Amino acid sequence: MTDLGDIWVYLSSSPLLHLTTTLVAYLIGARLYRRFNLHPLLNPVLIAVVILVTVLLVTETDYATYFEGAQFVHFLLGPATVALAVPLYNQIDRVRRSAISLLSALILGSLAAAASAAAIAWTLGAAPEVVASIAPKSVTTPIAMGISEKLGGLPSLTAVLVILTGVLGATLGPLLLNLLRIRDWRARGLAIGVAGHGIGTARAMQVNEVAGAFAGLAMGLNALATAILLPLLWAWVF
Amino acid sequence: MLESLTLLLVCQLVGEVVVAYFAIPVPGPVVGMVLLFLGLCIRRGVPAPLQQTASGLLSHLSLLFVPAGTGVLLHVALIRETLLPIGVSLVVSTLVAVAVTALAMVGFERLSGRKGSDAP
Repeated sequence: MTDLGDIWVYLSSSPLLHLTTTLVAYLIGARLYRRFNLHPLLNPVLIAVVILVTVLLVTETDYATYFEGAQFVHFLLGPATVALAVPLYNQIDRVRRSAISLLSALILGSLAAAASAAAIAWTLGAAPEVVASIAPKSVTTPIAMGISEKLGGLPSLTAVLVILTGVLGATLGPLLLNLLRIRDWRARGLAIGVAGHGIGTARAMQVNEVAGAFAGLAMGLNALATAILLPLLWAWVF
Repeated sequence: MLESLTLLLVCQLVGEVVVAYFAIPVPGPVVGMVLLFLGLCIRRGVPAPLQQTASGLLSHLSLLFVPAGTGVLLHVALIRETLLPIGVSLVVSTLVAVAVTALAMVGFERLSGRKGSDAP
């Protein structure tokens, strides 16, 4: 029989282990989330990240080793972003009917997200590279990382802030919308998509079809608007 | 399935090339999304296999954020040091973004004189 320690040494250097742990951690999160009727606070991404961080800390695995396995999942973000064209196209009639209010609300929300995030971080004394990393945090990960790099931020920090923002948007967003008595599913979806990108969209899709489509649209357009406007605005302010 | 996955990758690849060639400040996958969207407009419809692949990929969208989220490990020290600015900024700006977007959308729709057709 092979010594268990030797098996661990072999497995921990192969991508198989961490690809599997990523999927298992996510499935545990997704199951808990469903078990408690999609309660916003039990977000599956949040649960999976907590599980994985605990496992990596306990087994003293560094992130680079983990990422060798997890990169296969991470890679799919690119094609998934391209795939957003499909729900966008499917909702084109509904979108066209309220195109002007939708685009105006989207640009306002997009600017409000980036400007308030950067202004608050800067006022509270965050370092310039942290401010630059935080500004694109409402944009979906691969795009936010690209913007952050252009602004002089730390892309890997941005990735983390994006996830935290998405979880916050998906958890606090619905509660705030209820408080504001917003009942229009288009407005609810749009708001969650602008503030909480893919994680918000995933949440909206589970709750209501129209909200889901508008959230997906908001995520895509917000990425586009922020990617174009923020670097220009940044050059103008600094 | 394989064809539509390839289509998505081709769009992304063309997007990356366009971005690099013209030095556009937009990430490649976003250009890929625009290209696919234009393609669907020209074709006037989503082919069934593409619809299936896109739905499959997007229904597990939150899974795709897990590896990047686990990257929090890399920045534990920095986040702990800057906990207050980062925490306050994230929470407040998220609430601001939700409120501004939703209220603006409802307000503009009301201004345009139509009742929200999707309101319950």
